[in-house]
Amino acid sequence: MAVPQPVGVLPEIHAECRDLVRNFGGIAGGHVIEAMGPITLEIRRGEFFSVIGPSGCGKSTFMDVLAGLTPPTSGTVTFEGLPVRGTVPDGVGAVFQEDASLPWLNVWDNVAFSLRHDGTDPAEIKRRVDEAVAFMGLRQFAKAYPNQLSGGMRQRTCIARTMVMRPRMILLDEPFAALDAQTRLLMGDELLRLWRETGATVVLITHALDEAVMLSDRIGAMSARPGRFLDIVETGWPRERDSSILARAEVGAVSSRLWGVLREESQKALDQSGRLAAAREGS
Amino acid sequence: MTSLRQHLQRRRLADFFILLLALVVVWQIASWLVGDEIVVSPAETIAQIGVLYRRPTFWGHFDATLLAFAYAASITIVLGLGLGISLGISRAAYDTCEPLLMALASLPKVTLYPVILMFFGVGFSAKVVFGVLHGVVPITLFTMNAVRNMPAIYARVARLHRLSARDRVLHMLIPAVLPEIFSGLRLGLSVTLLGVVLGEMFASTRGLGSMLMGAIGLADFRTVAAVTFMLIVLATLLSSVMLWLDRRLHHGAK
Repeated sequence: MAVPQPVGVLPEIHAECRDLVRNFGGIAGGHVIEAMGPITLEIRRGEFFSVIGPSGCGKSTFMDVLAGLTPPTSGTVTFEGLPVRGTVPDGVGAVFQEDASLPWLNVWDNVAFSLRHDGTDPAEIKRRVDEAVAFMGLRQFAKAYPNQLSGGMRQRTCIARTMVMRPRMILLDEPFAALDAQTRLLMGDELLRLWRETGATVVLITHALDEAVMLSDRIGAMSARPGRFLDIVETGWPRERDSSILARAEVGAVSSRLWGVLREESQKALDQSGRLAAAREGS
Repeated sequence: MTSLRQHLQRRRLADFFILLLALVVVWQIASWLVGDEIVVSPAETIAQIGVLYRRPTFWGHFDATLLAFAYAASITIVLGLGLGISLGISRAAYDTCEPLLMALASLPKVTLYPVILMFFGVGFSAKVVFGVLHGVVPITLFTMNAVRNMPAIYARVARLHRLSARDRVLHMLIPAVLPEIFSGLRLGLSVTLLGVVLGEMFASTRGLGSMLMGAIGLADFRTVAAVTFMLIVLATLLSSVMLWLDRRLHHGAK
């Protein structure tokens, strides 16, 4: 478990973005789409940081650039002081919005997948996979295939696959988007437990305001495309927390502050998508 | 769960036998209506197979077909999968080659016969090449389409786990597209067998195809029916083995 930061000591920077911009298109004089940026952000070691913003604002692009899955157009990303540019650095794990479980492997083999390609000793693989499968409550389903599992269980399998790599920073791109509201709350509790017990830095991309408020130490609210951080809200929640925190009065204040920023941006995003649809119809 | 599966398996088997029986009945009725000389009845076809089995020359032809098919199938699989994966990985190669392959798929391969005979002459090589020519196009098309349409999330998972190029192909790409590859293999190997037999009919003195041509020349319709029936059984067996393998390898993905 991570140790809380003593008063007066500056928190350690785990990942850092400086003037980060990511555009798409523009090849051979084509139209350039400005997906996000410029973004300058410091992510502290061991914190739970959520990114919230309207649809299409570049949240997922931000995660891809941060993870090293795609290079930035300009600006820099560093993880543990080293530059990240289009290659996933050692110590970074990610869980995607889409179901990324591998249908040809059972749960146990899905979880072991990354370790088997990492040259890890078989005995160590068994120990770590058994531990992760048990931690995510999948022991009974270890021999089941993804098509025999619910959406929540498949996502837990993907989280376990990331967990066995022992990442120091976990990036999650709307991992519970396809789940119902109750399952999302329960999965949120699981995620908090994972965060506490691993001590990893967690960056969660979400479009659900309540989810961001319940889970995070800090929440970054993004503008409509091209996404930039308009406000970063510190929640001040205790490290030991779960979904019951939603009953606290302060939750309303945090939500209200974020909604104040997001409301206008969500309207802008709606207008942008409406204009895009009209342009498509017109062309 | 198990009893439900067993029930479904029994039901599937029962359906298969009902279909088989219906086909035999239709065959028998056609034989009565058209005449036994043209459409040989099921019973006489089976009897003729018995006669052929006792003929020592039959097994020479049978072995020749199996050997040619084994060669053609091996070359077809390696070539089809290799081409399919390489063309599917590159968008430019896919866009260029897909229309050409589609055109080649619809081309009657018999038109290439003179060219094959010029290069390989009459005999074993020609019928193997003819089999390959039939099978390689569908396997390549199925494989390249499967690779091209592989869900993008698998490529992201591969990048996330920093898989080497070899591991990407062996442990991500091939398992992800295997169901589609098997569909291509089932179709491709069936037409490979067809190609080998066609090759034997026109470019060989050995094999079931050559035997079939001999029987047609002698107006021996019983042998024609018997050999055709055996080829159908062979193709069905091949397809069933492929289906079984597909289910065995991929029972979790279905």
